[in-house]
Amino acid sequence: MADVQMPPAVPVSVRVNGTARSGEVEARKTLADFLRDDCGLTGTHLACEHGACGACTVLVDGQAVRSCLLFAVQCQTREVVTVEGLTVDPETLTPVQQAFQDCHGLQCGFCTPGFVVSVTAFLADNPDPTEEEIRIGLSGNLCRCTGYQGIYAAVRQAAAELRGSK
Amino acid sequence: MKPAAFDYHAPTTIDEALDLLAAHGDDARVLAGGQSLVPLMAVRLSRTEHLVDLNTIPALAEIGSANGSLSVGSMVRQRTIEHDPTIAATVPLLARATPWIGHFQIRNQGTVGGSLAHADPAAEYPAVALALDAQMEIRSAGQTRTVTAENFFEGLFSTCIEAGELLTAITFPTRQPGEGFAINEVARRHGDFALVGTAARVAVDNQGAVTSSAIAMFGVGTTPQRVTATEQALIGADQDADLNAIAQISSTELAPFDDLHASASYRKRVGAVTVRRALTDAIEEARDG
Repeated sequence: MADVQMPPAVPVSVRVNGTARSGEVEARKTLADFLRDDCGLTGTHLACEHGACGACTVLVDGQAVRSCLLFAVQCQTREVVTVEGLTVDPETLTPVQQAFQDCHGLQCGFCTPGFVVSVTAFLADNPDPTEEEIRIGLSGNLCRCTGYQGIYAAVRQAAAELRGSK
Repeated sequence: MKPAAFDYHAPTTIDEALDLLAAHGDDARVLAGGQSLVPLMAVRLSRTEHLVDLNTIPALAEIGSANGSLSVGSMVRQRTIEHDPTIAATVPLLARATPWIGHFQIRNQGTVGGSLAHADPAAEYPAVALALDAQMEIRSAGQTRTVTAENFFEGLFSTCIEAGELLTAITFPTRQPGEGFAINEVARRHGDFALVGTAARVAVDNQGAVTSSAIAMFGVGTTPQRVTATEQALIGADQDADLNAIAQISSTELAPFDDLHASASYRKRVGAVTVRRALTDAIEEARDG
């Protein structure tokens, strides 16, 4: 077999869940793949890998983004939070996570990390959403089990819980 | 679903970016918010030798006002436009179009310049730019030119930006007394690309009769399109005018295509409905002052 020339690796250093993570990766490596392959943070799920499904949603500088549409090299000075980093203590659940459990907001669970991160950001922006706002707010995440009713119920519970705790 | 390899460049100034674009010509592409380009790279419909990231250039993310216009840097995020009170007050059509774009996660990263330069015929911002006669500032190493929105969009996903050039800012006229603005679209689900839609600007006189308008439709062809016969018919429209009949004229001006999502005749009929809805809202706002 002819020699395959590998593209040069570039150094990447990103703060993930409060910890500095660094590595040498190809420039084309997405943040999602960096989180999973280089950081071992497999809570961030990949389904469509082209920005349609929302499964890979993470927080970058506090805002929900699709980690399959950002390259790891773009996150040099940015603060990334994955589903693993929403709580400090892995034994406890956030109000959003607790609501997903209470309301049967997951079936197979594959889309759940993306939903949990999206809902966390959505409720930070809009603590008291209407039913229509919830549906629009969650339109960027797909659940292939189509278990949306439980997810909407979880958003309503989490919103009430978060408002009450303030 | 992995992009082909590229060399990554992260310039920190506009001049540095222009030098990179001059050096690499057709072998370079610029990366704005990446919410359209990166999917195209992932499915290998797009590949490039050199990717020039604009996210590291603060000068492209500035907003400034002067002399009845608002200049918006090409890297201003859609999220910023959606929530900025100055834009809501001075260029309301731009602000109102924004929640229709994709999903909030997309708007957190997507930019105004990226959307315009990508020139998706079903996208909202190109129609807004057309309805407002926005001016596009396009720079290359050593040269700056300004192009009106009318001359900016050349075809499907295609603009007048040449290799070596960069869309740096977009200038929108600010709202004047007696003007009203509205956008309306029909999509299968919120966040999907519009099947068809309308962005409208109208101006009325003291009696509430329409003196001028700009009606830009999207999802109706290879580029957003002004429906000028409809605009003409709207002139003089007062409280008694039949907006539905005027909106119907738009269907005679369009030559949309059939595709998987909607037939051409559907786009014409529903397009006229979006024209009526947008005009109703825009005229109401204009008459309210």
